[in-house]
Amino acid sequence: MSRAVYIVDGARTPFLKARGGPGPFTPVDLAVQCGRPLLLRQPFAPTDFDQVILGCVNVIADEANPARVAALRLGCGPQTTAFTVQINCGSGMQAMDTAYRYIADGGSDLVLAGGAEALSHAPLVLRQDAVEWLAAMQGNKAGPLGALKAASGFRPDFLKPIVGLERGLTDPITNLGMGQTAEVLAHLFSISREAADRYAVESHKRLAKAQAEGWLKGELEPAFARDGTVYNHDDGVRPDSDAAKLAKLKPVFEPPFGKVTAGNSSQITDGACWTILASEAALERHGLFPRARILDSQWSALDPSIMGLGPVLAATELLKRNALTLQTVELWELNEAFAAQVLACLAAWQDEGFCREVLGLDGAAGAIDPESINVDGGAISLGHPVGASGARIALHLVQAMERLGKRRGIATECIGGGQGGAMLIERA
Amino acid sequence: MNDPVWTYLADRDLTLGPVSRSQAGGEFKHWQFSRDADGMAWAVIDQHGTGANTLSQAVLEEFSRILDLVEQRAPKALVIRSAKKSGFLAGADISEFRGVTDAAAIRARIASAHVVVDRLAAFTLPTIAVMHGYAMGGGLEIALACNQRIAVEGTRFGFPEVQIGLHPGLGGTARFPHLCDPIEAMSAMLTGKSIHDREAQRMGLVDTVVPERHVRAAIGAAVSGDLGQARQGLVGQLKDTAPARRLAARQMRAQAEARAPSAHYPAPYALIDLWEEHGGDMEAMKQAEIASFAHLMLTDTAQNLIRVFFLRQKLKDLAPNASGVAQVHVIGAGAMGGDIAAWCAWQGLRTSLSDVKPEPIGAAIGRAAALYEKIAHGDRLKIRDALDRLIPDPEGHGIASADLVIEAAPEKVDLKRKLYADAEPRMKEGAILATNTSSIPLAELRERLRRPERLVGIHFFNPVSRLDLVEVVSHDGTKAEVAAEARAFVGRIGKLPAPAKSAPGFIVNRILTPYLVEAFALMDEGLPPDVIDKAATDFGMPVGPLELADQVGLDIGLAVAEMLKRELDWPLPDAPQWLKDKVEAGDLGRKTGKGIYLWRDGKAVKGHPAKHGTLTPDPDLVDRLILPMLNTAVTVLREGVNDDPDVIDAAMVFGTGFAPFRGGPLHYARERGVGEVTATLSELARKHGSRFQPDAGWDALQ
Repeated sequence: MSRAVYIVDGARTPFLKARGGPGPFTPVDLAVQCGRPLLLRQPFAPTDFDQVILGCVNVIADEANPARVAALRLGCGPQTTAFTVQINCGSGMQAMDTAYRYIADGGSDLVLAGGAEALSHAPLVLRQDAVEWLAAMQGNKAGPLGALKAASGFRPDFLKPIVGLERGLTDPITNLGMGQTAEVLAHLFSISREAADRYAVESHKRLAKAQAEGWLKGELEPAFARDGTVYNHDDGVRPDSDAAKLAKLKPVFEPPFGKVTAGNSSQITDGACWTILASEAALERHGLFPRARILDSQWSALDPSIMGLGPVLAATELLKRNALTLQTVELWELNEAFAAQVLACLAAWQDEGFCREVLGLDGAAGAIDPESINVDGGAISLGHPVGASGARIALHLVQAMERLGKRRGIATECIGGGQGGAMLIERA
Repeated sequence: MNDPVWTYLADRDLTLGPVSRSQAGGEFKHWQFSRDADGMAWAVIDQHGTGANTLSQAVLEEFSRILDLVEQRAPKALVIRSAKKSGFLAGADISEFRGVTDAAAIRARIASAHVVVDRLAAFTLPTIAVMHGYAMGGGLEIALACNQRIAVEGTRFGFPEVQIGLHPGLGGTARFPHLCDPIEAMSAMLTGKSIHDREAQRMGLVDTVVPERHVRAAIGAAVSGDLGQARQGLVGQLKDTAPARRLAARQMRAQAEARAPSAHYPAPYALIDLWEEHGGDMEAMKQAEIASFAHLMLTDTAQNLIRVFFLRQKLKDLAPNASGVAQVHVIGAGAMGGDIAAWCAWQGLRTSLSDVKPEPIGAAIGRAAALYEKIAHGDRLKIRDALDRLIPDPEGHGIASADLVIEAAPEKVDLKRKLYADAEPRMKEGAILATNTSSIPLAELRERLRRPERLVGIHFFNPVSRLDLVEVVSHDGTKAEVAAEARAFVGRIGKLPAPAKSAPGFIVNRILTPYLVEAFALMDEGLPPDVIDKAATDFGMPVGPLELADQVGLDIGLAVAEMLKRELDWPLPDAPQWLKDKVEAGDLGRKTGKGIYLWRDGKAVKGHPAKHGTLTPDPDLVDRLILPMLNTAVTVLREGVNDDPDVIDAAMVFGTGFAPFRGGPLHYARERGVGEVTATLSELARKHGSRFQPDAGWDALQ
């Protein structure tokens, strides 16, 4: 049994750039901030959800299973089940995909699915040898002399914490940071520093325009902190960004010769996004109007050191299975982990050998019109709260298709660890 | 959280030993008494026909018989607890104190109650009070007479007697300062403030605080001697010596004078005297307590404060029990709207808050967070949940799902009508539209509504979190069930509804305005503001009229006064030019830091009263301020804005703090004598103008 699955609505918080120190909201706070206005505008009650599914990568210690904590704080009631999914940068889309499959299978009718991430809250962790020293101190049973002996093992560098985020953004199999995997792709597909910077500038211009034109209305709900501050826009945007300014930045991951800079990478950001997915039965029961329908989804995997190509693999599978081409898909959201990585994906589709040998196509898939991809900017300009981004691109794809009168689109992202996810969505 | 699984299991939570909650028809009407398998006797109070236990005469008599049984049967221990979910024992049954006149009879009754409690205290077997919810007044005094006290988490304790003009009367004044640090104990009894669980444990008022699930184990530990007994420490004992008491008593009197002047509130001073004189000697103190308590009971202050206690009950009873309001939407995030929304969310309602701009909503969230920090007693979860329920809603989506929409926009008819035109079509079937207007007649606002019968006034007072009164205003087309639902909502959020017909100023602002306006006139005559205010506070008002005007905002005060003058064709003096100038200049009072007074850190800066010692105040000063309020209260009654004098009195006490020990303006007028009051008014009218002319309704009051 496979039933139609609809996207009824969705909303996200502003994406808030991490500015040193924890931001005003935890992952669950963020999920509550955008969940409340979203649920408030529905004609059904929060308790009507069958399930709540949330993607979150960096779960903080106080919020184990953030999906459940968020569901209860949103008033979904004690009887609504909730679980958290984690597939790094694909987590938000994984939440939607899981909901999609539950509904398609007939197990659920109405699901709240999304993602939340507060990268500014990533913990500082102690070095492993410092942890061992602490354990020895606490476990000491040999009296004061033993304590003295244990204490003497202290070294000043124990106090130098490791930024948990940095370790989280490093692939453990290859020990390559995510930025380094983008360097690998830039090398393999000959992406120049200038091209990457140009792409980044365009991302900022597009987001700035979308903000000015009000194209994010309904999608973006302001967040209100306890101190009364109102956060009402994605604050990482730099409308005055230009190629000359970006050219001055030094490579951050692989100095001095690398091409990936802070300016042409996605930003470290806090944010959350929810979508409401429903079956036909739920539409009727609650009098809901669908905004879009999820037609298909795909997950693919490859070597972690070239994880940035994940979208090419996943999206191509979707195209093949649904008899579509790059060009017949009218609108694309391809998550901007790194400018070089986005450009490498586009290059791979134009690479005849790659398309034949790797993707199993008859020839090059061809080019995607720049006016059909990431039309309102992306993670480079508005940031990449990893657990939330997958849901954001899917939601924004719907929002942009409505504005542009397009019918069919794909939202896809690369995933740290060597995977890719893609979702084929049709406007209702 | 409304979970059916927990709902089913919840009844199992309360540990009542061998006693079952449903048990009925035993030996006693208000108690159950039984022995468990371990040989412990359980005395469980479940006062017949009430939701909360009080220490009525009948309850106490049965308790005495239970003590007989304990003496005969010699159980291993005696456990005292309540079967009511709400809590342990509130204080005495205050209705038994009302209207008493015979001092000797009261003394005899209190003395016989003392005998019961003293018998409990004299037992050599372990006696253990297990308290949950609340333990107040007489209830706490019973617990103080036990060997050990176990509190369930979340229990509040207190001696609120001082709030009805009394002090504890069942041995509490002697036992409490003897058990704990005497200064802390005295301070708790002098203020009547409630004490939260951890604080009670720290003070030694209870021996342990446990979750309900560990009550049985804690009782076991108490019986076996494994539960430590909190006792007065050495420092506490030192504080209880005569020289230390003398010193402390002087300070206490000074502090009490600032809060409750001795001229009007004798109880705190009687309590301080008791302790200063007898503090070291339990027996002597208990005897003296009986005499002092009986004496206080007969004072006008106590009887009027007891009246106020019942006025509160009366307003509470005007709110039907079941409110159908689960979700509220507030339009307008200004000072009032934001604070109303914050209060609704705090009281458990899902509340959305809209405004034309998000910034005032943000500011309202900030104020709510600060308020919750103050009132949550450190309960982080409660603060989080309340803030989660308070939903910023710039687009007003909540209007569609709210059961009640409260408009708290600026006082402009056109603006309000525009807001209604937008909101009403989006509201769900059966929802109520309410306005917080203080000055616009509802008849004007209902025009152009599709369902005018569902428009009602729900008028809050500032500050919302502190003033309990809410006027529920009906226009002549408001449906009775809509007004009833509005009253139920007011009760649901822990406030007191005062029904009023839609007439200019409703009840409270109408009665208050001549008081403010007269103060302006007095200033015009050259009197310094602090002299005017002091005359009012000496009468017993919580703040003087000019400080109040600054608090309310001179702009609002001026607008209300001018509206009333116009609408009612009321011969009030014109607003003085200096007042208009101040408003024009933006010196609006507390909110701008400058009005009639300068304001620093939320307080008015006043001159020293001695500075004006050379001025001879108008001997009529107090009457000129107060009598117009009484006169207007009579008008409000005569015009039927509300036709119950008690409700009008209650509205003034709970909405403005009108000298509570005087029992309300109309009660005060009756006590002083209607003939005397009308004569004085006529005399004032002769001297100062027709605004003092006695109302035609006075005759009906006689």
